[in-house]
Amino acid sequence: MLALALAAACSGAMHIPLPRMPALLLGAGGGDEALWRNVLLQVRLPRVALAVLVGAGLAISGAAMQALFRNPLAEPGLIGVSAGGALGAVAAIVLGAASLPAVGSAAFVGSLAATLAAWRLGGRGPGVAGVLLAGIAINALCGAVIGLFTWQASDVQLRSLTFWSLGSLASARWPLVAALAPWVALLSALLLRDWRAMNALLLGEREAQHLGFAMAPLRRRLVLLVALLVGPLVAVTGTIGFVGLVVPHLVRLTLGADHRALLPASLLAGAIALTLADWLARVVAIPSELPIGIVTSLVGGPFLLWLLARRGT
Amino acid sequence: MRLRRRLLLATPLLALGAGARAAQAQRVVSLGGVVTEIVHALGADERLVGVDQSSLYPPAARALPQVGYFRSFAVEGVLSLRPDLVLASEQAGPPHALEQLRAAGVAVVLVASSPKVSALESAIDTVAATLRLNAEGQARARRLRQQLDEAARPVAHDGAPPRVLILSSHTGRLQAAGAGSAPDALLTLAGGANAFGQPGYKAISAEAVAAAQPDAILTSTLSIDAAGGLAGFTAQPGIAMTPAAQSGRIIVLDDLLLLGFGPRLPLALAQVRSGLFGPAARGAA
Repeated sequence: MLALALAAACSGAMHIPLPRMPALLLGAGGGDEALWRNVLLQVRLPRVALAVLVGAGLAISGAAMQALFRNPLAEPGLIGVSAGGALGAVAAIVLGAASLPAVGSAAFVGSLAATLAAWRLGGRGPGVAGVLLAGIAINALCGAVIGLFTWQASDVQLRSLTFWSLGSLASARWPLVAALAPWVALLSALLLRDWRAMNALLLGEREAQHLGFAMAPLRRRLVLLVALLVGPLVAVTGTIGFVGLVVPHLVRLTLGADHRALLPASLLAGAIALTLADWLARVVAIPSELPIGIVTSLVGGPFLLWLLARRGT
Repeated sequence: MRLRRRLLLATPLLALGAGARAAQAQRVVSLGGVVTEIVHALGADERLVGVDQSSLYPPAARALPQVGYFRSFAVEGVLSLRPDLVLASEQAGPPHALEQLRAAGVAVVLVASSPKVSALESAIDTVAATLRLNAEGQARARRLRQQLDEAARPVAHDGAPPRVLILSSHTGRLQAAGAGSAPDALLTLAGGANAFGQPGYKAISAEAVAAAQPDAILTSTLSIDAAGGLAGFTAQPGIAMTPAAQSGRIIVLDDLLLLGFGPRLPLALAQVRSGLFGPAARGAA
C-alpha cells in the first residue's frame, strides 16, 4: 500500500525528477523546485490521501452491506445512499448552488434522507427483504427525480451534472482530507466491531439470532454506519461505482469469508484499488485526466472476471 | 454574480500587476473554445501551448496538448505545460482548481462568457489586454470589434420576423434550442423569432415540430449528416409537415458556428440572415 501510494505520488502530468522528491518534501531550492514542491504537496499528495480514504470507506461499507443482505450483489448504493447523495447534489446544482461545500452538504443530506426513508419504510417487517425492496424503490425514485432535474437543467448545469455523476477525486485538498480521515477511521472501526455478528449472518438470520446476536439493532446499526460513512464520501467525490461492490468480492475470493479478516482486508484493498485507479486516471492521458468511474470499471471488471475464471478451473 | 463581474473586470489589471510575469506571456493555456478562438482571431496562436477539450477551432488548436474539459480541467496537466498565463472562460472550473493554479504562481485571467454581444466584446478586450498585443494585434482587435458592432445591428425587413425552430438531432432524437441558449441568441440577433417556447435545450417530439409550423428551420451540419443528408432531414416526420420544409428554408450552419457565439459571430449572422431574408440581407445602415 505504502509502495503504491509512493508510486502514485511520484508520477503525474508534471515531470518531477525522482531523486529530488525527498528533498522537495522538506523544502524547495531554486528554479523549478518551488513549482514542483507546490504540485507535490498541494495537488498530488492530497489526492492520493483522498483516494486511500474513499477507497477504504467504500470497500468496507460494501463488505458490511454484503454481509447484512447476505447477497453478493449488495453494495452501499443499495440502501439509497448513493442515489440520495446524487439527488441532493443534482438538486443543489439545478437550484443554483455552484460551490463544492453547498453541493457537498446537499449530497450528504440527500444520502442520509434517502437511507432513512428506505429504513423507515422497509424496516418494519422481519428480515432485510423489506429494506432491500424499499432501497430499490427509493433508488428508482431518486433516479426519476434526477431525470426530472436533468431535463430541467440548463446547458451549463447539465455539464456539471455529468461530471459529478462520473465521480472525481480532483476536489482533494488538505482541509477536506483532514476532515474526512478521522470520520472514516471512526466509522470503519465501528463497523469492524461487528465482525462476529457478520460471520454469524453467513449462516442465516435466524441462526444468527439463535447464536445470540440481536438482529434488529444490528441491522439498524449497520445501515446507519454505512450511510454515515458513505454519505460524505459521495458528497466529496460524486458517485464512484464498482469499488464497494467488487473489492469485497476480490478479498473474499482470495482470503475466504471470515469477516475478521475480510473487513480489514477490504479497507486495505479498497484503498489500494482506488489509489491505483486514480493514478491511472491521472497518467494515462496526460495532460488531461480520465473520469475515475471509467477507470474503476474498466480495470475492475476484467480483473474480477479473471479471478472468477481462475476459480472455476 | 455581480461581484464576479466586478472581479472579472479587475482581473486583467491584476494579472498585469503580477510582478515578474508582467512581461508579455509566452506560454498560454486556453480553457474554453471561445477563448481559444479569440486568441486565434487576434493572431496570437503561436503563444498557445495547451487548450481544453472544447477548443475545436481553429483546426490547428486540436493538435495542441489537451488538459481535459474546461469545466473540470486537470490542474497538474495545466501546470505540466509550464504556462505563464492561463486564459480561462468564466465557466471554467471547478473554482478550487483555478485557486490551485494561482497558488502555483500562474497568472489566471477569467474571460467573460455568455451569449451576448457585450460579453463577447468584453472577452475580446480582456484577451487583447492580457496578451499585451503588438500594434498589428491591436489593429486586429479593433477590426474584430467593428465587425461585431456592424453585424449586431438589427436588419431592416418587411413584416413580422420569421418564426424559426432551432433543431438538432445528432442521435436521432430531435432537440430544440430555446431562450438562453447560444443558438437562440444568434437567431434573435439575426432578426428571427424563436418558435420554441421553452428555455434551454429540450427534447421535442415530431408532433410539436409540426404544431409549431416554423417558417424556417435552423440546424447544424452534424444533424444533417446524422439524418443522411438534407433530403433525409427534411423528410423526417414532423419536419416534413412544416412550412419551412415545404419552402425549403432549412438553414444549415457548422456546429461550432451555431453553438459557439465567438469571434466568428459576424460570419454566423451573415449565414443565418441570408437563409432568412435572402443573400442580399445586410445590417441596416
